[in-house]
Amino acid sequence: MEEIVENFAAEEVKPPVASVGVMGWVKENLFKGWFNSFLTVVILYLLFKVIPSIFEWMFIDSVWSTTGEGCREAAGACWSVITDNLRFIIFGFYPYDQQWRPLIAMFLLFGLLFYSRNRKHWNRHLAYGWLFGLFAMGLLMRGGMFGLSTVESTKWGGLPLTLLLSVFGLTAAYPLGVILALGRQSKMPAIKILCVVYIELIRGVPLISLLFMGSIIFPLFLPEGITIDKIVRAQVAIILFTAAYIAEVVRGGLQGMSRGQYEAAESLGLSYYLTMRLVILPQALKIVIPPTVSILISAFKDTSLVAIIALFDLLRTTQTVLSHPKWMGFSPEAYLFIAILYFLGCFSMANYGRKLEKELSTEY
Amino acid sequence: MSEEGPKTTDRSGSMEVMIEIIDMHKWFGEFHVLKGINLTVEKQERIVICGPSGSGKSTLIRCINRLEEHQRGRIVVDEIELTNNLNNIERVRAEVGMVFQHFNLFPHLTIVQNLTLGPMWVRKMPKKEAEETAMHFLNKVHIADQAKKFPGQLSGGQQQRVAIARSLCMNPKVMLFDEPTSALDPEMIKEVLDVMIELAREGMTMIVVSHEMGFARSVAHRVLFMDFGQIVEGNTPEEFFKNPKHDRTKLFLSQILH
Ligand SMILES: Nc1ncnc2c1ncn2[C@@H]1O[C@H](COP(=O)(O)OP(=O)(O)O)[C@@H](O)[C@H]1O
Ligand SMILES: [Mg+2]
Repeated sequence: MEEIVENFAAEEVKPPVASVGVMGWVKENLFKGWFNSFLTVVILYLLFKVIPSIFEWMFIDSVWSTTGEGCREAAGACWSVITDNLRFIIFGFYPYDQQWRPLIAMFLLFGLLFYSRNRKHWNRHLAYGWLFGLFAMGLLMRGGMFGLSTVESTKWGGLPLTLLLSVFGLTAAYPLGVILALGRQSKMPAIKILCVVYIELIRGVPLISLLFMGSIIFPLFLPEGITIDKIVRAQVAIILFTAAYIAEVVRGGLQGMSRGQYEAAESLGLSYYLTMRLVILPQALKIVIPPTVSILISAFKDTSLVAIIALFDLLRTTQTVLSHPKWMGFSPEAYLFIAILYFLGCFSMANYGRKLEKELSTEY
Repeated sequence: MSEEGPKTTDRSGSMEVMIEIIDMHKWFGEFHVLKGINLTVEKQERIVICGPSGSGKSTLIRCINRLEEHQRGRIVVDEIELTNNLNNIERVRAEVGMVFQHFNLFPHLTIVQNLTLGPMWVRKMPKKEAEETAMHFLNKVHIADQAKKFPGQLSGGQQQRVAIARSLCMNPKVMLFDEPTSALDPEMIKEVLDVMIELAREGMTMIVVSHEMGFARSVAHRVLFMDFGQIVEGNTPEEFFKNPKHDRTKLFLSQILH
């Protein structure tokens, strides 16, 4: 008996050479069967064809700091379209000599976001930090106090505007979506119907039509003399739109909860509010982190639709540069650049979602 | 239909009423689940309810802490009548602990957090005190060494003992058990029953839905048999097992006792 056991153990310690190391990995992942081998060869060939020319276009033949004319003579990419117009792309029509203000505001925002990554930091102090941070950002952007000149919101644009719309859009849409999801599950018919109608109505129309309604139709109904900032209207449209989708995702999570969890909480004497807050939502929201992140990512990208109602977000400022005769024709470079910015945003969100999921996991 | 059989002796003389159910009916839609339940449970009394699946045992004990609403008759728990008055429901739930077949621990919280949740948020107990209480009861169910783990890391028997401790942390006057061992692997049943027997020794008022007849014999003052939404008969364990009166009871006993 003992001998056999030892034999097994010995075999486990030393697996066949072919299944380990670089060779093992290559064989397992690239050349397993004739079909995979064929795919590998084809793809390697394509990469070999494509990568060098892309590399040449991007780095070897490219120009980084010439004028529009200089660009037309270059064989490679014209990065000048970005370097030359960077401040306009990033800040839009914000007064040139004041652009340090949105810059600081953005750094403040990034700092706060970065600090908030760690769940251990989620406490009262962080909440105050955000309150103070938001106030400071608003003050920096808008001015009109402490010797800062006033900059009307019509002049805001570029990356700060995109960040404003997305950060507020997403952070406001999430709790609203959760409330709508709870409302949809409510035993009170009036609340339930209201939530269902809201969610289905909003999901039934594209975001663009909400933005148009907000920017064109809504002002018609306002009493004379009252105007609501255009950015606010777009912001509200984004929040209302995203919330409906969040609500449906969260509802899915709520449906995944067993009756037993509610009953255990109830029999401990927890009220509805406490049951939801302490028992149901922490679990339900955790289950739906992946689809929630998907929705937040697509909402982040959808903020670029505000370009249609003439808000100068990052996409629109880029397009404005490209419509200048001097820079016409260099859209690949410019779009590549903002694609990278958007990618960084989306990628960090996806990453953070995965991190949260892992941290909150109690499965073993 | 309920019968007040003779009580075994170990309850101290006081015969105060803990739970009183009078002609209670419940329907699920058109379906008449409970058909006129009459039951009086005295302080420190221990009752085991058995009966075929679907006879309404769970529904009956779930009515006692208002997880289900009854439609006719009265349920009075420690002089508080269960009506639509939310305040009363809250007070009753604070006095009645419940242990479920599937434990229903909160999987996102550690064991000790499972135990402190109720005391901290319902009883407004300071965290430190709640944790001390939690450790006290975890010790009592012999599982204090698992306090920092999550429910998913524990065996079924351990989880059920945690569930019992979680209820005890709320300092209940009555404990309801709904088939607490029927989801457990056989080798874990004893560890849970042992905890329940200890609890019984300390004088807890208990209503236990269970088919563990050994447990019923050693702990119960009365065994009730339910069928088709009624309490068919109830008696001391000795009488109940030796001389069942109704044919349905005899049939049922012959089935579960082989
Ligand atoms: N929420 C419910 N809705 C409708 N019928 C139910 C519900 N819960 C239980 N029932 C029905 O009521 C009857 C009694 O159920 P239950 O009290 O769980 O029986 P037991 O615990 O004795 O097995 C069963 O026929 C069951 O199908
Ligand atoms: Mg049952």
